[in-house]
Amino acid sequence: MRISTAYDAGKLVIRLAGELDHHGAREAMREIDGLIDEYLPRDTALDMEGLSFMDSSGIAVILKTDRRMREMGGRASVINPARQPLRVIDASGIDRMISVKGARRQ
Amino acid sequence: MKSENYIKLEFPSKSVNEGFARAAAAAFAAQLDPTLEELGDIKTAVSEAVTNCIVHAYPDELGRISMRLRIMSGGRLEIVVKDAGRGIEDVAKAREPLFTTGGEERSGMGFTIMESFMDKLRVRSSPGRGTTVTMLRAIKPRTGAR
Ligand SMILES: Nc1ncnc2c1ncn2[C@@H]1O[C@H](COP(=O)(O)OP(=O)(O)O)[C@@H](O)[C@H]1O
Ligand SMILES: [Mg+2]
Repeated sequence: MRISTAYDAGKLVIRLAGELDHHGAREAMREIDGLIDEYLPRDTALDMEGLSFMDSSGIAVILKTDRRMREMGGRASVINPARQPLRVIDASGIDRMISVKGARRQ
Repeated sequence: MKSENYIKLEFPSKSVNEGFARAAAAAFAAQLDPTLEELGDIKTAVSEAVTNCIVHAYPDELGRISMRLRIMSGGRLEIVVKDAGRGIEDVAKAREPLFTTGGEERSGMGFTIMESFMDKLRVRSSPGRGTTVTMLRAIKPRTGAR
């Protein structure tokens, strides 16, 4: 799991790359929390283009990031999910609660 | 059902083995010439089943996990993930979407994902003795390949 960021005008983009499973989820969440503390963004997008694998541990990370953002009056979203993460997102139904946008999705 | 090939692996319930288990399953399933999507589904289902053993079956200790994959005639893949951990009191309830005893680090979507990615999911459990998860998935032969 590798994490990089871009910030512009209140919007924080957190790019996740590699594999996001239970083994890496706690560390990923710690890093995401740290970035939100640092930037205090209005909105946070989790960019999943470089994520080659994600399971339901990633769903928990998305939901927790969204909860964190809502506490601050903002929102979290998922952008550019690669194929496999998108299938997991679809199976979990969280796209009814969280915006999922990208090349494979309107 | 005739078994054409199989592997059996055993490993301790360390989270670092989650990635190993799904990579091993994918490497074995590759002989069925699956699509990238089918391979992704197999990896995801294995990751869910193995993670459950690590997180829920053996919450405070290291225990043994066994994983067996079997190819049956007609290109059907059977995956069995077994632990001898604490077991599940109410399997029907555990299989409901969003049900979790794992707090906010878990989503409660593991069984739902296994169910939607596999053709069949069977969960056998007895409290205090362990859990066996059996999954079946047919891999369609691709026209022209083979
Ligand atoms: N191998 C197992 N041993 C004991 N309990 C399990 C096992 N697998 C699943 N469970 C129980 O079933 C619940 C639901 O599992 P799952 O759908 O994978 O969601 P999650 O792992 O996010 O909690 C778990 O919270 C746990 O209580
Ligand atoms: Mg689970």
